[in-house]
Amino acid sequence: MTMHLRASHRAGGSRRAGSGLRHGESLAGWMFITPMVVILGLFLVIPVGMALWVSFSDWGGRGSPFSSGVEFVGLNNYADVLTGGGLAQQDFGTSLRNNLWYVLLVVPLQTALALGLAAMVNKRVLHGRGFFRTAYYFPSVTSTVAITVLWMFLFSASGSINKVLSWVGINGPNWFNDPDGVLHTVLGWLGISNGPAWMENADFLGVSLWDWISGPSFAMFALILMAVFTTSGTFMLLFIAALQNLSPEVDEAATMDGANAWQKFWKVTLPQLKPTLFTVVTLGIIGCWQVFDQIYTGTQGGPGKTTVTPAYLSYSTAFNNQQWGRGAAISFVLFVIIVVLTIVLRWAFRERPLPRRQRRYYESLVAKKKEAQR
Amino acid sequence: MSAFAVHRHREFNPRRAAASSLVYALLLALAVLYIFPFLIQIATSFKTDADAASNPISLVPEMWTTAAYRRLFLNSDFPIWLKNSVIVTIFVTLGRVFFNSLAGYALSRLRFRGRNVVYGGLVAVMSVPMVVLLIPKFLVINQVGIYDSYAGMILPLLVDASGVFIMKNFFDSIPVSVEEQARIDGAGSFRIFWSIVLPMARPALVTIIILSFQGSWNELSHFIVSAQSPALTTLTKGVASLASGQLSAGTQYPIKLAAAVIMTIPVAVLFFLFQKKIMNSSEGAVKE
Repeated sequence: MTMHLRASHRAGGSRRAGSGLRHGESLAGWMFITPMVVILGLFLVIPVGMALWVSFSDWGGRGSPFSSGVEFVGLNNYADVLTGGGLAQQDFGTSLRNNLWYVLLVVPLQTALALGLAAMVNKRVLHGRGFFRTAYYFPSVTSTVAITVLWMFLFSASGSINKVLSWVGINGPNWFNDPDGVLHTVLGWLGISNGPAWMENADFLGVSLWDWISGPSFAMFALILMAVFTTSGTFMLLFIAALQNLSPEVDEAATMDGANAWQKFWKVTLPQLKPTLFTVVTLGIIGCWQVFDQIYTGTQGGPGKTTVTPAYLSYSTAFNNQQWGRGAAISFVLFVIIVVLTIVLRWAFRERPLPRRQRRYYESLVAKKKEAQR
Repeated sequence: MSAFAVHRHREFNPRRAAASSLVYALLLALAVLYIFPFLIQIATSFKTDADAASNPISLVPEMWTTAAYRRLFLNSDFPIWLKNSVIVTIFVTLGRVFFNSLAGYALSRLRFRGRNVVYGGLVAVMSVPMVVLLIPKFLVINQVGIYDSYAGMILPLLVDASGVFIMKNFFDSIPVSVEEQARIDGAGSFRIFWSIVLPMARPALVTIIILSFQGSWNELSHFIVSAQSPALTTLTKGVASLASGQLSAGTQYPIKLAAAVIMTIPVAVLFFLFQKKIMNSSEGAVKE
């Protein structure tokens, strides 16, 4: 439809007014996009180039990074962070550890919760559907800063969460001031307070293997719950949209086949949601590696550097410590991490032909359905 | 749905009924879990410090007080933050409505040399994670000489790649015939855009308004790297500094939560006004 109309537009335009109009249109086109090109170019494209230069330089934040006093230092900034063996490397390793645990917990939890909410809200007969959708989605529209402030109250030492925990006899942790790893704490209950020697002695990026498996700190854990709280609503909407696009036929056929609701969900609905699952997991992972606002507002990386994320580390290295080259280098390493993860995900979710057994099952379902209709 | 299926639903089935009430119970419990924090937030903002600390769950203050709000408005920089957020949000929203639709229209309808290159660049720019740009943006804003000014806070936000994309997709989806008639009548491109295209684009413009308003009102990181003076602090930055205890000694949760409440009101109003639109637009975005 659009294609056809556009084709006729082209023909009409050139026949009637000739090159004069064409020229006018070209000029108008450029004038229309100039604001966009200037602003995105100046504040998105050029900055990346400039920061790339800074990441290879020893610029200290004074004057222009292009002034003559600024030296090219090659890969030094990257080496400090990745192989230096000093505090810079250790901080970066710690930030990766923190963020890795954040991703490992937030992404599965938010995806599962969003999917569960969508499946329940999307039930064919449901009273108050609008109310439920609104309730679950509302946290997603509010600002991270406001929610972080609220979260710090809820999870304070004598806050709401610990109050609830005390009802069931649990003495809650001092969440935002507790640097202990959740997994280390659980192992501690089992009597394991030190790792085996090979884990204590070996290290990766300046952090011992034992510390890599510490789990998120209690402070980070509170932020993980917050992320699940604020993002599950958005992803729920994506899943609802996908569910509404599924054809009810396959579902009904499976019902006739004697499948119960649970089996139908896992064997029939979920496989059809794969593209949406890819979108949600990808957006989730990309978002999780960019955690910044809640750290800046709530914890500033503390307690004990257990909530420092690469994004926050890059910011504080540059703006607080004036080590601009190193800060820029960290942000480019983060960029690479995000790009690589996106590519890996795309590969993992690529279109594969269904296994033969499953395909046969679908075909038989559809055939049965048709038979029943006849 | 066939009549057969409808009939099956009407039939009373004890197992189905039990499963259904289980789903309701679960949905309701979750809804309480999602809403309760906000109720606590509002209630606590009307409490005294001591009350907030000793009764962190109760939704009814022992003694209602507006001390937190009075302190914020009469005795702190809060009004300045509010003013700055309003200024920035208005300019950014207006700018995005105009520039995004201008660029989206050109990319969708006008033929000019380099259009495909620009479009490719736009798609590439959209995939750059924003957090990576913190240092880079500061560098350019500083170099250009607009650091610590409204210009530095507003200009970089005036166009957003995803908004241009939304507008382009919208124009791709509406027929070109009306504009063609105007063009034959001799109207110029801008004239056509302004008096024919924009009024037709209302649904998409509402989407842009919602997204820009919410985006710039809630924006934090850009204001951190584009300004530092107290006179240019926005709500997000100011409340973040409150959270880390810059205004007051001690915890003073009522003040912090009161600030968070006020900050949430405009987006909440927008959300409830355009609820249907918001829910459907995110659905529509996926369907395409």
